[in-house]
Amino acid sequence: MREYALILVGTVLVNNFVLVRFLGLCPFMGVSRKLETALGMGLATTFVLTLSAVCAHLLEHYLLAPLDLQYLRIIAFILVIAGVVQFTELAVRSTSPLLYRMLGIFLPLITSNCAVLGVALLNVQADHGLLGSALYGLGAALGFTLVLILFAALRERIQAADVPTCFRGAPIGLITAGLMSLAFMGFTGLVRG
Amino acid sequence: MLNAVLVITTLAVAFGLLLGLAARWFPLRQDPVVARIDALLPQTQCAQCGFPGCRPYAEAIAAERADINQCPPGGEATVQALAELLGREPKPLNPDHGSHKPPAVAFIDEPRCIGCTLCIQACPVDAILGAARQMHTVISAECTGCALCLPPCPVDCIELRPLAPTPATWRWPHPEHPATPA
Repeated sequence: MREYALILVGTVLVNNFVLVRFLGLCPFMGVSRKLETALGMGLATTFVLTLSAVCAHLLEHYLLAPLDLQYLRIIAFILVIAGVVQFTELAVRSTSPLLYRMLGIFLPLITSNCAVLGVALLNVQADHGLLGSALYGLGAALGFTLVLILFAALRERIQAADVPTCFRGAPIGLITAGLMSLAFMGFTGLVRG
Repeated sequence: MLNAVLVITTLAVAFGLLLGLAARWFPLRQDPVVARIDALLPQTQCAQCGFPGCRPYAEAIAAERADINQCPPGGEATVQALAELLGREPKPLNPDHGSHKPPAVAFIDEPRCIGCTLCIQACPVDAILGAARQMHTVISAECTGCALCLPPCPVDCIELRPLAPTPATWRWPHPEHPATPA
């Protein structure tokens, strides 16, 4: 139990995927202009990341490892992620049109989110069990969502702030992200490992 | 080597099958009537019916929250087609929502355009090209003639011009549909 709690806290705060591991930076910069879209992206990513982490774990342990095909890991995981994302899109579209309209383009865009592949590969590296993998994926996604929402809120305020002309737009966004990353370094030591 | 090829092929085929089946099974739960009503609407996205676009209007018709005679761009022909699809009596176009006009496209008087991008934000089909403080222009092939870009323009440089029939768009004139059977 303690181990799982550590995984969750560790991925959300200490080893935050965006700010400490620098994975999934493209949606972090791209979809953080508005709080609503950030929330939508966070929801979609949470769903897909958890599901694909579990699928990748099953694939690794029941297909690739017994057949000694670990060198196919990356391409097989990419296949699984693309499949899971497509399936999720179809399922969401038919079961909840409202959620589908809210998530919109973000759902298919998750395929290219490197954090998804990163979680799958890091799970194998850290040798997590099935529940551990799922929690690792969930934690990574929660951390991503948290940071994305914080960043979107910051950027909405920056829009109204008096920023020097040469820093307006993307530059001040990148500087803000850097400062957030520094702030998240403060969590190091909260949990070991 | 053979194992690797087999595993990847199997995975790809399995996911392909899964997605194919999912695509076949999931949309069945959607309301097919909405799609068929939507197909009959002119897709101008002009919002004259009181709904934000053609699809929301189609959903409202299917749910019987809206009548079938609220689409001025479609005119009597659309009312007729909708009545046939839904097995209802055709009725004349509701004048509250506007009257049927011949097809037109928006035209920007370019020397007067100040590049404010207000019309770009108003366009429901992204048919206006331009950027802030740059001249805008209308992509005629994409324009549905909905007139939604006219009110936001601060310098009134947009006008609707009737679309001249070309050999590709010309049709034999419709025999007149009587709105109510005589």
